[in-house]
Amino acid sequence: MDSASAIDLSRPAARGLSRSLRGGLRGGEYTWALAFVVPYIAVFLTFVAYPVVYGLWMGSEPGLYRELFADPIYQSTVVNTVLYLALGVNVKMFLALLLSGFFMRPGWWSKVLLLIFVLPWAVPAISTFISIHWMLNGEWGFLNNVLYKLFHVEGPYWLNDRWTALGAVIVSHIWKWTPFWTLILLAGRMAIPLDIRDTARVDGATGLRGFVYITFPLLANLYLICTLLSTIFLLGDFTAVYFVSGGGPANSTHVLATLGIREAFEIANPRLGVAAVMSALPLVIPLVIVLMRKLRTAEVQL
Amino acid sequence: MSMIAADTRAADARLASSVAAAHAAVRRRRHLETVGVVVLSAIILVWTILPIYNMILISFEPEGDVFTDHIWPRVLSIESFWGVLTQGHWYLEHFWRQFANSLYMGAWVTLLTLVIGSLTSFSIGRMRIRYGWLVSNAALLTYVIPASFLAIPFYRIMQNYGMANNLWSVIASLVAFATPYAFFVLQEYGRSIPIEVDESARIDGASPIQIYLRIYLPLMAPALVAVGTYAMLLAWNEYLYQFLLLSSKSSMTVPVALAQFLNSDQSPWNYMMATAIIYALPPVAIYYAFRRRMTAGLTMGGVKG
Repeated sequence: MDSASAIDLSRPAARGLSRSLRGGLRGGEYTWALAFVVPYIAVFLTFVAYPVVYGLWMGSEPGLYRELFADPIYQSTVVNTVLYLALGVNVKMFLALLLSGFFMRPGWWSKVLLLIFVLPWAVPAISTFISIHWMLNGEWGFLNNVLYKLFHVEGPYWLNDRWTALGAVIVSHIWKWTPFWTLILLAGRMAIPLDIRDTARVDGATGLRGFVYITFPLLANLYLICTLLSTIFLLGDFTAVYFVSGGGPANSTHVLATLGIREAFEIANPRLGVAAVMSALPLVIPLVIVLMRKLRTAEVQL
Repeated sequence: MSMIAADTRAADARLASSVAAAHAAVRRRRHLETVGVVVLSAIILVWTILPIYNMILISFEPEGDVFTDHIWPRVLSIESFWGVLTQGHWYLEHFWRQFANSLYMGAWVTLLTLVIGSLTSFSIGRMRIRYGWLVSNAALLTYVIPASFLAIPFYRIMQNYGMANNLWSVIASLVAFATPYAFFVLQEYGRSIPIEVDESARIDGASPIQIYLRIYLPLMAPALVAVGTYAMLLAWNEYLYQFLLLSSKSSMTVPVALAQFLNSDQSPWNYMMATAIIYALPPVAIYYAFRRRMTAGLTMGGVKG
């Protein structure tokens, strides 16, 4: 009895000491913990950190950037990338915000509709983007067939003009990714406690007023994080551009991700390709810093 | 209605009529809302379905019919599906091999992501290893680096390692990019399991590997399903790394083979779309099977990282 209480008294002190020494783990356990974390560290160092350093080294010659900035294709690529980012991210996120409200409606219909609505996200990108590419074919594409059959309008050759082709890419991206962000914002709306919504409704905050004063302030942080994340994801989006417009016509609809691959593998100048991608760093680095900070504190906010 | 009627029986007619007017207004608003919902639903439906409908339409066309202008299927021909399944077109002569490659790749990416992700989250979240935050930050950083930006150096490195044209180079890259998300979701989910569960097993003399296998993994099953589905879908959606790293017809995966169709002007579009549909079936089936768990995982990942 006495010895038991003595142990009980001495334990917390001993544990406190060992915790401060090696994270609360006893010797053998510490080895285990280390062994568990080693596979990920190995993967990270070999397949992420090393390529990052290698890439930085490949793109470190200032001469590359002089060559790059003088290239008219690069200049139009930057314009495209900015347009793609501005429209792709914001239209998509705004639609997702509205649609997530729509899908909050009770009843079987919105549940069934939601099941269909997430299809673009569940179907592999390559399948649907190839389908869209063919759909927009000027001569035999489905879209122009519909325009002709229903309205007797000869549709344009969508992918033969820079602006319609770029528009097609942006719309395809929105088509593919709106469901994903809608699901996330929908979950965010669901996470708003019911009594807040009820109280707001009793106080007369319904419809637009409820959205402006109650829902959006509560969703704002999530919305911001989603927007930032989606900016990064879109910047790295290769598939939509590559399959819908293929960078054409005449290399006028490239974005940085596809231009980098083109320089590296079609023109066989990998360093220039890396430089093209690295020229996005002034945008990527602040984004990453803000995002990492936001994501680390997100838990507290929501 | 009846209560209102009972209450207003004694009251004056003006009140009754104003109540009726209010009811009519409510009814009209509800009516309008229904119309709005129907219109919006129709737009969403058409918008969502269009590219998928186009895919199905063309895949069911006989070979010569692709270059016509109809918007409804005239004859339902399964010629192209049959052609894919029997490898009947010269574009498709390795279809089953390539499909097997995709499956092999998807399965390994899923398995490795689950194993590495759960081990890491166990060590950092449950055993609270010192400097665990450093690893979390490394994962966070990986999560926010666009994978396509690393493609060129990654390709060079794989060539140096002699791993070009090897499925394992693709698996490695996908595991590297899928694990951070897995780690975050598992970490978040693990918070809902009291640490005392581990502590009591520890006091009973269980070693960390026993706690991991017998307690942690079973309790984490729902999150593991979500993460596994995510990793599989990621692998199935990926194109760039497969395209760069796999070049021979027998080591290729389906997306790379599919993209090769585009090289020719007179592509057999019906075969292409049939291939695209067959390729899309596994992820769609898996998504709908695990949808509920998926959504929960997504939220955690999306909100938290």
